[in-house]
Amino acid sequence: MSLTLEQVQRIAHLARIEVSESEALATQGHLNGIFQLIEQMQAVDTRGIEPMAHAQELSQRLRDDAVTEGDRRAAYQAVAPETEAGLYLVPKVIE
Amino acid sequence: MIEKSLKQLAQALAAKDISSVELTTLFLDRIARHNPDINAFVTVDCEKSLKRAAEADARLAAGTAGPLTGIPIAQKDIFCAEGWTTTCGSKMLDNFVSPYDATVIRKMEAEAGLVSLGKTNMDEFAMGSSNETSFFGPVKNPWDRSRVPGGSSGGSAAAVAARLAPAATGTDTGGSIRQPAALCNLTGLKPTYGVVSRYGMIAFASSLDQGGPMARSAEDCALLLNSMAGFDERDSTSLDHPVEDYARDLEQPLAGLKIGLPKEFFGEGCDAEVMAAVQAAIREYEKLGATTVEVSLPNSHLSVPAYYVIAPAEASSNLSRFDGVRYGYRAQDYGNLDDMYMKTRAQGFGAEVKRRIMIGAYVLSHGYYDAYYLQAQRIRRLIANDFVEAFKQCDVIMGPTSPSTAFKLGEKAADPVQMYLSDIYTIAVNLAGLPGMSVPCGFAGGLPVGLQLIGNYFGEARLLNAAHRYQQTTDWHLRSPAGIE
Repeated sequence: MSLTLEQVQRIAHLARIEVSESEALATQGHLNGIFQLIEQMQAVDTRGIEPMAHAQELSQRLRDDAVTEGDRRAAYQAVAPETEAGLYLVPKVIE
Repeated sequence: MIEKSLKQLAQALAAKDISSVELTTLFLDRIARHNPDINAFVTVDCEKSLKRAAEADARLAAGTAGPLTGIPIAQKDIFCAEGWTTTCGSKMLDNFVSPYDATVIRKMEAEAGLVSLGKTNMDEFAMGSSNETSFFGPVKNPWDRSRVPGGSSGGSAAAVAARLAPAATGTDTGGSIRQPAALCNLTGLKPTYGVVSRYGMIAFASSLDQGGPMARSAEDCALLLNSMAGFDERDSTSLDHPVEDYARDLEQPLAGLKIGLPKEFFGEGCDAEVMAAVQAAIREYEKLGATTVEVSLPNSHLSVPAYYVIAPAEASSNLSRFDGVRYGYRAQDYGNLDDMYMKTRAQGFGAEVKRRIMIGAYVLSHGYYDAYYLQAQRIRRLIANDFVEAFKQCDVIMGPTSPSTAFKLGEKAADPVQMYLSDIYTIAVNLAGLPGMSVPCGFAGGLPVGLQLIGNYFGEARLLNAAHRYQQTTDWHLRSPAGIE
């Protein structure tokens, strides 16, 4: 498998990372090297093997539906780039 | 003082030979003197540390101290600590002052009374094996300053090796505690997945990440793990496992210990001098009464490929939270919302982190999920099953931690695949979720070599016992680099 420059740009967009043409070219070389390593997996017959998502196969715990955390909005928003009236500010998305 | 074990430091504090404030000052002075050269710490806050030390002294005076109260420790900068800048080695979090404590920090500071000396340098978001991907520049290996300390917990390793801290915390997703421990002559332990809480530990690959201690001896690691481990309802994968004293079996004799030697770890691909040191360590274990048996981990060669699908997939999901909205870096100039995300992430992440996010986005994308992600998860099962079979024949598995000693700064930085292969012996342990250690076992060309010990699930006390008894008859772990006085 070999990724085209166009595929690299598409992946970068999926990941929401802006890449210039020259960065995309360098990334293409590196990613193709890494995928060459990953391709070793394809030779293995894994039919009938259950995928292992986690080291400890436990079901998720449930907790009581009760408030356990206090209101720390001011402390958490103090580290945000831009807030106003308790809200996070981003560029306008609805005209 | 700087060569004392944690137990000896605790005795000195209890006997009032030294106060925690004095001990903390001693290490802060060493950091001020040596850190500009080694770059092991990215944040130091003397005022905060000394305040903690004064609190520890009050506990010592009041008789409410625990076994580690007042002892200074270096914290990997992946653990959120309230009021401390917590960067994870990234420009993305360069300005992030954590509003809360990770469970590990809370347990070590508030409960055990350990004193944080500062936050240690690391590969960006723990993605690296050399510490060269840090936004704050590479860390130098105290054993040879032209070489890497390993990674990603390279700052923690270099800090302890240079005696800038008596011990440190690390995290290990594919070898990030064990490999730097090996390269810097330390003892490091990655616990069974789920033993140490991940709450407040900035996530890289959530099904693999595990925190643990890095120190000079197995005894130190056992005492530290006692302060770090425990069930935490704030971590959805924390194991509700009975509280253990990890130091309980340290002195047990090793007679009858069955050591499994995977033939795949003793073949080609490992430096000959490293292998000679590992073989000598195994002979030492035989003298201590252990027996060896050859075992096989037939799928271990697939661990690096499977890991570089699974870890990036989880990383691409975890790191989607860094979008310039709620915390961390935001680009200066941007157009619409999408443009803000794209520019923030392009400027905030370094090259290796971007590569891994992109690999993850690709293997999870439509049309590739089965071929890559599911295939990797199936291979993960095969790798875990290999260990189940091997542990039917032995108590502990041993081999090299790293295929080479510390490599030169810049040597592998341009070639990601070569860098990835430096974790060839450690990654399978994370995929299976097993506990693993690295223990100093000699030198090759003047550089430290690590022996890896792998245990069965919840086998920490057994591993620490095996490491401790070895350290009672060898002195590799007591050696310190030249020029650190």
